[in-house]
Parts: sequence; C-alpha cells; structure tokens
Amino acid sequence: MKYADEFRDKAIAQGIARAIGAEVSSQRAYRFMEFCGGHTHAIARYGLEDLLPANVRMIHGPGCPVCVLPASRIDMAIRLVDRPEVTLCVYGDLMRAPGSQGQSLLRAKALGADIRMVYSTLDAIRLAEQAPSREVVFFAIGFETTTPPTAVMIRIAEKKRLKGLSVFCNHVLTPSAMHSILENPKIRDTGGVPIDGFIGPAHVSTIIGTQPYEPLAEQFGKPIVIAGFEPLDVMQAILMLVRQVNEDRYEVENQYSRAVTRDGNRRAKDEVSQMFELREQFEWRGLGLVPNSGLKLKRAYAQFDAETRFAIHDLRVADNPACECCAILRGAKRPVECKLFGTVCTPETPIGSCMVSSEGACAAYWTYGRVRDEPVRHTS
Amino acid sequence: MSVKGYQRKLDVENGRVDLSHGSGGRAMAQLISGLFHQAFGNEWLARCNDQSAFDVAAGRMVMTTDGYVVSPLFFPGGNIGSLAVHGTINDVAMSGARPLYLSASFIIEEGFPFSDLKAIADSMGAAARSAGVYIIAGDTKVVERGKADGLFISTTGIGIVADGLDLSADKARVGDRVLVSGSLGDHGVAVMSKRQNVAFQTEVVSDSVALHNLVAVMVAAGGSGIRVMRDPTRGGLAATLNEIAHQSELGFRLQEASIPVKPAVAATCELLGLDPIHVANEGKLVAIVAPDLADAVLAAMKAHPLGADAADIGEAVADNRKFVQMATGFGGRRIVDWLWAEQLPRIC
Repeated sequence: MKYADEFRDKAIAQGIARAIGAEVSSQRAYRFMEFCGGHTHAIARYGLEDLLPANVRMIHGPGCPVCVLPASRIDMAIRLVDRPEVTLCVYGDLMRAPGSQGQSLLRAKALGADIRMVYSTLDAIRLAEQAPSREVVFFAIGFETTTPPTAVMIRIAEKKRLKGLSVFCNHVLTPSAMHSILENPKIRDTGGVPIDGFIGPAHVSTIIGTQPYEPLAEQFGKPIVIAGFEPLDVMQAILMLVRQVNEDRYEVENQYSRAVTRDGNRRAKDEVSQMFELREQFEWRGLGLVPNSGLKLKRAYAQFDAETRFAIHDLRVADNPACECCAILRGAKRPVECKLFGTVCTPETPIGSCMVSSEGACAAYWTYGRVRDEPVRHTS
Repeated sequence: MSVKGYQRKLDVENGRVDLSHGSGGRAMAQLISGLFHQAFGNEWLARCNDQSAFDVAAGRMVMTTDGYVVSPLFFPGGNIGSLAVHGTINDVAMSGARPLYLSASFIIEEGFPFSDLKAIADSMGAAARSAGVYIIAGDTKVVERGKADGLFISTTGIGIVADGLDLSADKARVGDRVLVSGSLGDHGVAVMSKRQNVAFQTEVVSDSVALHNLVAVMVAAGGSGIRVMRDPTRGGLAATLNEIAHQSELGFRLQEASIPVKPAVAATCELLGLDPIHVANEGKLVAIVAPDLADAVLAAMKAHPLGADAADIGEAVADNRKFVQMATGFGGRRIVDWLWAEQLPRIC
C-alpha cells in the first residue's frame, strides 16, 4: 500500500533498532511514555517492543479519549438519552465504555434508548435534518484533533437552522493532561514511574503545533518528541529521545515534520477558540479532576450545549476499587499488574475503560501483546 | 403447482410482496411457481411436494445450515441469494464432501419488490446450477413491514464425503502447515463499501463463490493429510485459526508478510481502522495440512483458478495457551486475537 508501507519497512526498522541499541547506555534505564493511544496501538500492532533493547521501556499514556472518559460522563449520557425525545449520536468505541453499576450505552440501546453509531459529525447533521422533531445530541469526545469537526458541525447547524441539534461536549486538552501526569503528587505517592521523556501526539499536534509542549519540556526538564503514528515514526522518535537523554537535553523535537508545524493549524485553532472555552476543571479517569483540561461551549452557543439545554448536571461516580486503570493511565502500573486484567476484565466485558478501545493500554496488551508475558509450557 | 384460473399475472416488474403471498393461498402458490420454481427449476421441485425424496449413495453424508441477513442485500460481486448458495455449499465442502442438495427458506418483509426477489432467486438458481447443486426444498413466509429487514434466507445443504476422509477442527497437529486459498477480506470490504454511513468507492468485489471444486483437487492431492478446512467468514482468518487452536489444543505461528491481501482491501481497512485478518470472506478457505503433503496441496491449489493466490502462511506449534501469534512484517511479534467488537473505525 503506497504511502503506508514505506513507513512500515522492516529493513529500515532494523537499522533504527541497531542505532538505538548502539546509543543506549547500559548503565541506565530509559522510560518513555507514548502519550497517545494511536502510538500505543502501533507499538502493540507491529510488535515494536521486540526491536527495543531491554532497558528501553515504553509506558502507555492516557491519550485515548474513550479511556479517560470517566464513568460519570457515560452515566450523564444515559440520563440524557432516557428522555424519549433524544437521539444520541456516538462513535462506536464509546458504546461499550463502562458507566457505573455495569451500565453502558450498548446496554441502554438494548433497553430501547435511541442511540445511533456514527462515523462523523456529518452523520449527526444528516440525522437532525431527517428528523427535525427529534432532539439529536452528538456525544462529542476527543482531544484537540476532534474538536474542530465539532465546531464545524455547530457552524453548519447554525447556518441550516437545525434547531434540534446539540452537543454533549467532552473535548479535552493534551498539554493539561501531560502537565498533570508530571506534576500530580499521586504519581509519586503510588510509586509512579519516573518518566524520562514523551513521545508526543501525532494528530493532535497537527492542530495545536509543537509550541504548546515547550513550557512542559522546560518546566519539568523532560524531552518531548512529536511523532507520527506509523511504526517507523515511533522507532525514530525513540532514537531521538535516547539521544536527548544521553545528551541531557530536554527539547521539543518534531519527528512528524511531514504534517506538524510549530504553530499548527491556525484556522482550526481560531474556530475552536471562537466557540469553546475552558472548563475550570474536568474529570479524567485515572487522573481525577484536572484544572483547565476540558472545553465547553461559550455562552453565545449555549443553545447547542446539551448540558445547558437539558439541564444535566455533573455526577460523581466511584470506579471499581480493584480496577487499576488509574495507575495504568499514569504509567505507574502495567496492564498485567491489575488483578482484573484478563480475568473479569476483557474486551468483551470491560470493567475499566483501558480495556474498551483498541487504543487503550489494556486492550492493546490483551489483543496483541500477551504473548510476551505468559510463559509457554511446552506439552509433548 | 399449477395455478390456472388465477386472474392476474405476477407483476414482477412493479409488484410487491404483500401478506397474501405468505398466507398459504393462491397468491403464495403463484409466487412459488411463478418465481422460485422458474429460478431454481429442477425435477424435484416440479413435483410440488412438501418434501423431496432423493436416492442416497453408500458412504457418509454431511449436513449444514446457515441463515443469511446481509445488509445491503445487493453488493459488488453478488447478493444475498448467491451468498446463501455459496456459503452453504462451502460449509458442506469444508468437510471434503461433494455438495448435492440445498433447501432454501425465505422470510420476506411485506412490501418487498418482486423485481428484487426475482433477481435474488435467479442468482440463487444460477449459483446452484453452476455448482452442480440442486435446490430441492423451500419455504416462504411473509412478515409485516418493519418485522424483517427486507429479506432473510436460510439454507440447508447436504453432501457426500469420500471414504477415509474425516476432516475436523480438532485434528490439527504440531508442525502442520497453514494454507489459505487467496486474498483475504474482499467480501467484507465490498459489503461495507455499500453500507449506509460508510459508503465509499472501491474496485473491490465480493469473493463469494462455491469452493467445492477447489476442495476436490486439494483432497486429490492431499487426501487425509488435510486435517482441517474452514471457510473464514465472519471474524475472518483470525477467528477461524483461534477456533482451530482451541479445538486442537495448540497454537499457530503466522508470517504476516505471507498473508495475501489486495492493496485496495488493505487501503480500505487502513482508512476504517480494521485489520484484514478480521474481515469476512465468502470464497476463501483455510487448510491445515500435514507438513509432508503441504507443498503438494499448495501446488494443486495454485493450479486451480480459485486458488491462484494460495499461500503457506504459517505453522501449528505447541502452545498450551492456544495463542495464534504472528511475526509482523515490521519484525516484531504479536497475538492475533478473535475480533472482540463490531468492526468499527477507531475514533482518532
């Protein structure tokens, strides 16, 4: 496949692997967090860890929007779609995301709620046009990459006077989450792993650029390399991080220069800042309440804000106490260190949200990576 | 069944199925004789009995049944009718058997156009004829609008298997080779390309086809050295190999670079966030073959038009965890798991 196979080339991968092997110091460990689920998926899907030296360890970060969505937001959505006039549009992965007490949107749908799986915001617009008497609510979720399409959807709704269309906004911000991971004392208290550097997001950075990461690198003294989602991108980014660590540098470097600039996509950023504003705080699964990390619609767009329109309020819901998603999302534990992993928590019956999306650390590990952890007992 | 005296001809061009066509009355008789018998035409149906009698050869028979609910009903490379015939023939053939007879049961939604029904029945008839198989029993039911998505078809198939052949998914042995008959994922991608919400332009057409002739040349080349055959339909290659791994209590080790996937299928899967080894096929088979006969069977497959792209993609290994593993084209390892969700694109 053109323009994809070039970034998955085995010979080049082995060349980079040799370079990493030659440059790492055997005297120290290198622990890098790939923030994004897209990277987690690529690492697991291509078996990339097999190409790394034993003292280079990848820690799977919280950059999977389904994984960090707290149970309370699922409960709120279920409450919303309990209203007979509401049609809720969601992306497929979200259907199985666990709410409290075993609830999920999939289960709500089976009980009769009008929930539609959509592939883009355009599907929600089409539904709102086709059923003008329905309250069509789009379950907006994601990092900076998916916020601009939500903004465009609202613009179109405004223009077409689609009075029935609104947004349940769960958009979150990457730099705030990285800040929280580096600053949060909980990481240290739970024996959290010191992180030596970050692989920064690919798609998110096409929107926000590399500039927003600079204060983080500076303040915490951690190198950050923005990388594409192809496996060779990840390999090259790891080599760049190894070099920074070896040279005691902590800069923001851009491996993904074919798509990312320092300033990002100005038009997308402008559209988002016109329409959205920061929430004082937003709940993340695994990170708790993170200040200035979530977006909501500005007052001028309140008519499109489902939370205002249907007066649904924030809920607080406790997660399953045995679930280690929190520690896993912060890089403090690995999936196999959770008692629920692979026993009661599997992709078919996820307890924690890391098991829901294929970009979640637990699901990626379960689907692709288990082969490394369970010893083979050869039977004759 | 003659329905002389029925006044109006079946309006195949513009007419629609209504509840009377499932009521057991004259309208139903007209539908059966005017549409299904014409499409399937054979000596058994012509006798218009509630069952068909046929001679049984000595030996072992195989039987299978399957329901078809594909959406959309028409897709590039086929429709629900040809699919129902091919799918059931293939399930019979995976035992190494020669398929002989089919039955077909139709559950039709009120309002379904006769023209579509005729097109579907005609393609079933054509598929059966070209496979040398007869549809000798059937049933028609009509349900109210909204109670079925247009049309559901159930087919049952019967075949006869040669002496000495006993293929079964619990018979794979460590060291056996894994062969596939051609490129993976074509059917699933072709159907998805016509789904509402995802519709996209693609040159990919379904691989829906009857595989029993390919099976016959494989059996001739490999005999009882062929331990297992399966057609990797829903859940794709991954599901099929996981099933066999569990039933035979071993593991598999695959080479990703050897697995045939068409560039257009790979590209579509890339866009939709799918893995071709999870996508359905309707004209491909997986064979687990004893190592000493694998090359001969593979050569026989490659010499047959339906196996031209056949490949040896890996081997059975001892593994009490029953993992299907794969050496990735990138140089790493990973597990090939069952598909655990509906195939939906990743969201970012």
